[in-house]
Amino acid sequence: IENKMSFLPQKEGKHPSRCPDNSAFKQQKLPAWKPQLTTATVLSTFFLTGAFCLSVGICLILSANSVREVQIDYSDRCSDCSKLRENSSNWNRECHCSVNFTLKEDILGDVFMYYGLENFYQNHRRYVISRSDAQLLGQNVNIEKSYCTPFTMYRNGTPMAPCGAIANSMFNDTIDLFYNLKSSVIQVPLLKTGNSWWTDKNVKFRNPKAYNLSSAFAGTARPPYWWKPVYLLDEEDERNNGYLNDDFIIWMRVSAFATFRNLYRRVHRIRQFADGLPAGNYTFHISYNFPVTKFKGRKHVILSTVVWSGGSNPFLGIAYVVSGAAATLTGFVITAIHLKLRKKKTYFQK
Amino acid sequence: FTGEVRCEAPNNKLDKFTGTLTLRGEKYALDNEKMLLRGCTIRNTEWCFGLVIYAGPDTKLMQNSGKTTFKRTSIDRLMNVLVLVIFAFLALMCLILAIGNGIWEHEKGYYFQVYLPWAEGVTSASYSGFLMFWSYVIILNTVVPISLYVSVEIIRLGNSFYIDWDRKMYYPLNDTPAQARTTTLNEELGQIKYIFSDKTGTLTQNIMCFNKCSINGKSYGDVYDMSGQRIEINENTEKVDFSYNQLADPKFAFYDHSLVEAVKLSDVPTHRFFRLLSLCHTVMPEEKKEGNLVYQAQSPDEGALVTAARNFGFVFRARTPETITVVEMGETKIYKLLAILDFNNVRKRMSVIVRSPEGDLTLYCKGADTILYELLHSSCDSLKEETTEHLNEFAGEGLRTLVVAYKNLDEDYFQDWIRRHHEASTALEGREDKLSELYEEIEKDLMLLGATAIEDKLQDGVPQTIETLAKANIKIWVLTGDKQETAMNIGYSCNLLNDDMDDVFIIEGSTSDDVLNELRNARKKMKPDSFLDTDEINIQFGKSSKKPKILPDEQANGVYGLVITGHSLAYALEGNLELELVRTACMCKVVICCRVTPLQKAQVVELVKKYKKAVTLAIGDGANDVSMIKTAHIGVGISGQEGMQAVLSSDFSFAQFRYLQRLLLVHGRWSYIRMCKFLKYFFYKNFAFTLVHFWYGFFSGFSAQTVYDEWFITLYNLVYTSLPVLGMSLFDQDVGDCWSMLFPQLYVPGQQNLYFNKMVFVKCMLQGIYSSLILFFIPYGAMYNTMRSDGKAIADYQSFALMAQTCLLIVVSVQIGLDTSYWTVVNQFFIWGSLSVYFAITFTMYSDGMYMIFTASFPFVGTARNTLSQPNVWLAIFLSITLCVLPVVGFRFLKAQLKPTPSDKVLLKIKEAKKRPPPPSPKRRLRRTSTRRSGYAFSHQHGFGALIMSGRNMRPKSPFATTGTFSPNSDKHKQKGL
Repeated sequence: IENKMSFLPQKEGKHPSRCPDNSAFKQQKLPAWKPQLTTATVLSTFFLTGAFCLSVGICLILSANSVREVQIDYSDRCSDCSKLRENSSNWNRECHCSVNFTLKEDILGDVFMYYGLENFYQNHRRYVISRSDAQLLGQNVNIEKSYCTPFTMYRNGTPMAPCGAIANSMFNDTIDLFYNLKSSVIQVPLLKTGNSWWTDKNVKFRNPKAYNLSSAFAGTARPPYWWKPVYLLDEEDERNNGYLNDDFIIWMRVSAFATFRNLYRRVHRIRQFADGLPAGNYTFHISYNFPVTKFKGRKHVILSTVVWSGGSNPFLGIAYVVSGAAATLTGFVITAIHLKLRKKKTYFQK
Repeated sequence: FTGEVRCEAPNNKLDKFTGTLTLRGEKYALDNEKMLLRGCTIRNTEWCFGLVIYAGPDTKLMQNSGKTTFKRTSIDRLMNVLVLVIFAFLALMCLILAIGNGIWEHEKGYYFQVYLPWAEGVTSASYSGFLMFWSYVIILNTVVPISLYVSVEIIRLGNSFYIDWDRKMYYPLNDTPAQARTTTLNEELGQIKYIFSDKTGTLTQNIMCFNKCSINGKSYGDVYDMSGQRIEINENTEKVDFSYNQLADPKFAFYDHSLVEAVKLSDVPTHRFFRLLSLCHTVMPEEKKEGNLVYQAQSPDEGALVTAARNFGFVFRARTPETITVVEMGETKIYKLLAILDFNNVRKRMSVIVRSPEGDLTLYCKGADTILYELLHSSCDSLKEETTEHLNEFAGEGLRTLVVAYKNLDEDYFQDWIRRHHEASTALEGREDKLSELYEEIEKDLMLLGATAIEDKLQDGVPQTIETLAKANIKIWVLTGDKQETAMNIGYSCNLLNDDMDDVFIIEGSTSDDVLNELRNARKKMKPDSFLDTDEINIQFGKSSKKPKILPDEQANGVYGLVITGHSLAYALEGNLELELVRTACMCKVVICCRVTPLQKAQVVELVKKYKKAVTLAIGDGANDVSMIKTAHIGVGISGQEGMQAVLSSDFSFAQFRYLQRLLLVHGRWSYIRMCKFLKYFFYKNFAFTLVHFWYGFFSGFSAQTVYDEWFITLYNLVYTSLPVLGMSLFDQDVGDCWSMLFPQLYVPGQQNLYFNKMVFVKCMLQGIYSSLILFFIPYGAMYNTMRSDGKAIADYQSFALMAQTCLLIVVSVQIGLDTSYWTVVNQFFIWGSLSVYFAITFTMYSDGMYMIFTASFPFVGTARNTLSQPNVWLAIFLSITLCVLPVVGFRFLKAQLKPTPSDKVLLKIKEAKKRPPPPSPKRRLRRTSTRRSGYAFSHQHGFGALIMSGRNMRPKSPFATTGTFSPNSDKHKQKGL
């Protein structure tokens, strides 16, 4: 009995009680919001989402349709050059080709020129890693430790600048656009800078520091497929030369898929082209350097305007419309089922 | 003391011991009579000499407690299987991608070598494919949830803490909180199908209360109000004041004042009734301090009766082999004890023959009504009827009843009888028979006095708990060392057995064949079809195979109970009867096994574990329950009482049986639901995450290119998605605790393993595959051949990676939001916090500074700024979320509408009920309409009579006992002074 007495609450002062705290957390009584799938919430979710998706989808389709786009596959049109390039021994022979097209209507606004590649696996893992970011930052690094192999060094030990498969395979066709006005041919002014991301141009790529660019790259050699060293990529513009060359920077931003397009030039809106490209006949003058036929690749040149949602790809718009329609339809089906069940329930209750 | 003991090796036989003690050249036999088992209490002696023969794990009791096995839950085992399945799935995916790579390198890669030569050492497409297999093993290994095991343990630990912290499972009287001693079994608490319970100390308090009595045709014990209505007795009811009696036991409570009045008025039958109670027993008194009487009774029933007599003024104060000292209404009387006609299981009664100080010779007898009624004098017939009525009433309330009677003896006859008795008790042959003949001769023509009713006090709330658990489809088996009568009586009083049952089968055969027949007959009655050859189980078990088979659940044609004694159980647990037993027993709603040894308890549990695919729970309080506690999937110990063995070997412990319903219906259910939700979500999120790589393989030349930034892959499981799901699995509640107690049906899905099984896993996998398709193809479509709103290219790898990983993270966050049904502050914080942390980390890692410092590690510089500012990126993210989540919402809603599970219906009911004011807490008292009666429960064995008469157990007489006064005894103080 004495033993039991010691457990009685009166003596709690001596032994601290082992009674658990009465806190909301420990008693699992934390205040909580308890959402539930009620008919009202489910139906409103479906109808609201449906309506939203439908309207967004229609907007997207309308704006995608307003995009003017000209896409020309020139890997067939320039079949002579393609064949020439299939044989790598002809690497130093220039090949030019012209592609004509007609604009029936003016293309107003900013016009962008892209080159597109098909079946070019820029997203292959070994391709993606085959670069040295440190080298491209202008740092003096030992690229042997990078993933650039086999495009790291020449047999004589001269390192490649830039190294790696990405840089080596840089797209090197030059495309010029000419406007055939009556009998005269006017070259459309194209901007070759300002096409890359600001962060790439200003953060990610830097030339090695030196008194001038050619000395900065002294002791290195161009990648094997290149025609000229990296410090001669743009001889006219110091700010667009070396690693800072926009074409190079854009190429180095590898694509996620085997079919992709990269921004090549922008139409400079001056003179006749202040409002965009007027209707008429045009010619692309292409210096065909980049072989693709061997791996069944294709090359395109694309002229396009843009809207808030991007280019002419209607995928998002269609996907939104379809999803919206499906959601609305499901909403109706659920309503029907619910009404039927409720009828049945009241019937049984009677 | 130098000697030698030679004895048997440690074993688990409780009823046998052989050994010899050699002391000073003499040999003494040591048998079971001379042994005390571990845990025994020695009474009525201040000291004794003993020798410890075996200690610790070698004791017979510990040998009985079975092996300690490492317990694992069924979810654990399922998880292991699933992880293997996932490994196989991983191998399959890698194989597909490796073959794809072989083909791709052959068809395309070979020609693409101008720009991307094959890696060094790779000479053929098939070798490249082989290498790619291992690359993909590395990339896709995130589908194997390695962190799963850690998270599961954390969740279990958290849910165990809730058990420790629960105030509703804290017992203030002995300051005992519930305790989760094993933290790895929580979710199994939500799947219990069989409960094996000990009786004494678990269902009952092992306290007997003198509750009612019938004296000379008048019933006492009920309390009536002014209008003659019976009042329920509770704490507020006024107790009878026993202060007039200084020797009264203060703990004794009685509520009917009329009985005290009758005693005070010196009503002759009432006085005789209590005199009988104070004389006819084998209780030993102990009075260490004057007036502080402690009774040591072999059975608590007897103690209760003697205590009742003590309080009403007939204080049994001392005994010697020849005398009994009783203080009757303050006046000390010494009765000469002439004979004790002891109790045994056949007689079911005991008598004493005493000579009062006045010289009257009287036989006092108490015993089971069925026996005693046969022995009454014919003049008592009318009284017999009235008493019978009262007995029925008492039995209906589940009280244990005894009938008491007396007989005045003729001096000459008695002298003759006692002579013959002496002869018989010294006879060498047939002593037992001769004695019982003599007993029968004198115990006849008794005069009926009345009846007593003793309450074997159940622990609080036991019948309600059992009713609730039964509603939750849990089967309760009582395994007790008590005898059949007692066990069944408790069965009735805690509502396990009742008269609404179609039948209660009693298996008490003493040969293997008898037991088989009894079991078969029982089964024949419950399910006659089960004997047909077409019965599936017969067919299945007819075929011999070594593999243990699982018995499916069978439905009986009614509600049945089964009582089986330990002796029969020994046969039933042997070889071929095992199956018969388990089939028959599992068809019954209630099974009571009485007189079972600790090892048999474990065997019964093992039997159910072997043949039934069910989770078992054993609950007990004593060392004899250790074996079954260890054997069952879950062992629960009742703590706060003497003895810690049960608690020490248990997985969970608390102080009261009634907390079991909270442990199972609230904690168990929540733990189970949380664990299932966690597993479902965890598998889903890993599938959705990893399979995107798989789809990307088809577009990236099967080159093991990852979709996401490698930092994202590292942080996804660790930082971005770990806390929300932990929050859900620690806080989620589908319905509140009071509702799950109110609707025990909600427990059933857990038993049937409905919330997480292979089927559910496949569904998670399919959902994960669907999500991964959306998460890959929506960003793909949105980026394909398009550009940013400023004309720059958008489809670069880094932008795509960022877009895909943002889509993924938001989708899985929305999904966890959808799964969470109980949004506490913590959940909100975790979910929103994880999303914000994702964006914060992403912007930091993709910042200029990080790139300048760690150029090689963070090549994604600027991606976040450039990509997340594009409207079509956000439109694609929104579309992915819609397409991933909306079908799930619709599916869940329609499933609940069209094919509601029973628990869906209950949830709906709860939802409707919540709109109304909360229901009054169910306080209805369980009323039984039992007509069954008697539970004459003395000791298991024959009484102490012989021991008392021999005087061997008597200590030097208590100095207080000889005097009739209550004044302090001067002698003792003198002695102390010396």
